[in-house]
Amino acid sequence: METDPVVQLVDVVAVLDRFPALAGATLTVQRGEIVLLQGPNGAGKTTLLRLCAGLLPPTRGSAMVLGLDLAEHRQEVRSRVGLLGHSNGLYVDLTVSDNVKFWGATVGATDSEIKGAVERMRLGDRLVDVPVRKLSAGQRRRAALACLIARRAELWLLDEPHAGLDATGRDELDTVLRDATAAGATMIVASHELDRAGALATRVVDVVGGQIRDRTGGTA
Amino acid sequence: MNSLSVTRLIAAKDLRIELRSRILINQVLPFAAIVMVLFAFALDRDDLLARVAPGLVWLATLFSMMVVVQRSFAIEAGDGALDALRTAGVPAQGIYFGKALALTLQLVLLEALLFVAAFVLYSSRVDLDGVVLLITSALAASCGLGLVGTLYGGLTTGTKGRESLLPLLLLPVVAPVLIGATRATEAALDVGGISMREGWAWVALLVTYALLFGIGGSIAFGPLVDDAV
Repeated sequence: METDPVVQLVDVVAVLDRFPALAGATLTVQRGEIVLLQGPNGAGKTTLLRLCAGLLPPTRGSAMVLGLDLAEHRQEVRSRVGLLGHSNGLYVDLTVSDNVKFWGATVGATDSEIKGAVERMRLGDRLVDVPVRKLSAGQRRRAALACLIARRAELWLLDEPHAGLDATGRDELDTVLRDATAAGATMIVASHELDRAGALATRVVDVVGGQIRDRTGGTA
Repeated sequence: MNSLSVTRLIAAKDLRIELRSRILINQVLPFAAIVMVLFAFALDRDDLLARVAPGLVWLATLFSMMVVVQRSFAIEAGDGALDALRTAGVPAQGIYFGKALALTLQLVLLEALLFVAAFVLYSSRVDLDGVVLLITSALAASCGLGLVGTLYGGLTTGTKGRESLLPLLLLPVVAPVLIGATRATEAALDVGGISMREGWAWVALLVTYALLFGIGGSIAFGPLVDDAV
């Protein structure tokens, strides 16, 4: 059965401070895909993620996310998409459990959904009642992903998810992302770490000069 | 999720963080008490202290409030939580009123301590009629301070040098609350020759101030914090 794409960008231009950060970007992402964005700094990867998160309007072109036109429904897109950038969006004085419950409450998540989110990110009994400030960088990142699950994010937008993590943290993160992939999550990941992120991805696309090309040579 | 539910959620979260971190109890309240003691040392005359007690209480409230507002937004900025709230599409009005409610409740607790300190250190006295006016004016002033503090806290969050910028921007704006609350408290404590009738007129000003900042803040808060996202 064919379903609508989760992301469908056609010839999108996004101008930031008079600079075209995206210059005719075309990208289609199907449900369950893990798309890795590769490219040099300033190529437009973060802008692309922010556009898909509903934080930026397209200046020109057609941009649909989760079947909603970004020109008209950015607020609704925001509530259904999870963007994880360099910070985790956690309250460090609260426990992991408090944080996941708080983010789950923003969408009315049930107790079983909260518990499931914590278990999927492997934040079991040992970590769940620990204040976030006492967690390692890798554990915090997993707690942030548990919050995305708790608030039922249908599309995960991850900007350099491995940044700042040690080898153990990276391995742990890869494990939970693989689990999420197996469970059918849809992700767009911007990363410089082709080996790690590439192993997770179902498709790799290059972002160069605000344009997107897949590894087979055409538009993505 | 509607704005009312978000208001409750955000206020409960902010108060839970304060209960866990105990910044208000361990730092802000002792700071306010020390300010009151230092005022007593500086003026060192019982009759003068009783006369100026209302102004001293509200000055100490404003100084302590700066710490509470900074703290309220430091917990949001620390790991990008405010950005995450806005990028998750959580209604800005709910965030604004939730943070203002938590701030107001903390200010009420702070003021209760300061009035007790004024009764003990400055020999202030209040009769039954005065108690009603005192409580009403303190609640109205706290609401106004909570709303304006949240708006300016949101405005300065993420800006460079926000610790010094916040008092610079906020103190002039809260001058009407300082004046109104001080006059109403003078009437309640029967000092300074202000009648009860005049005291209630000052309460009306405090309520108007809170309403104006409640309406203005709920409109402005979203665009202000979105600019920083």
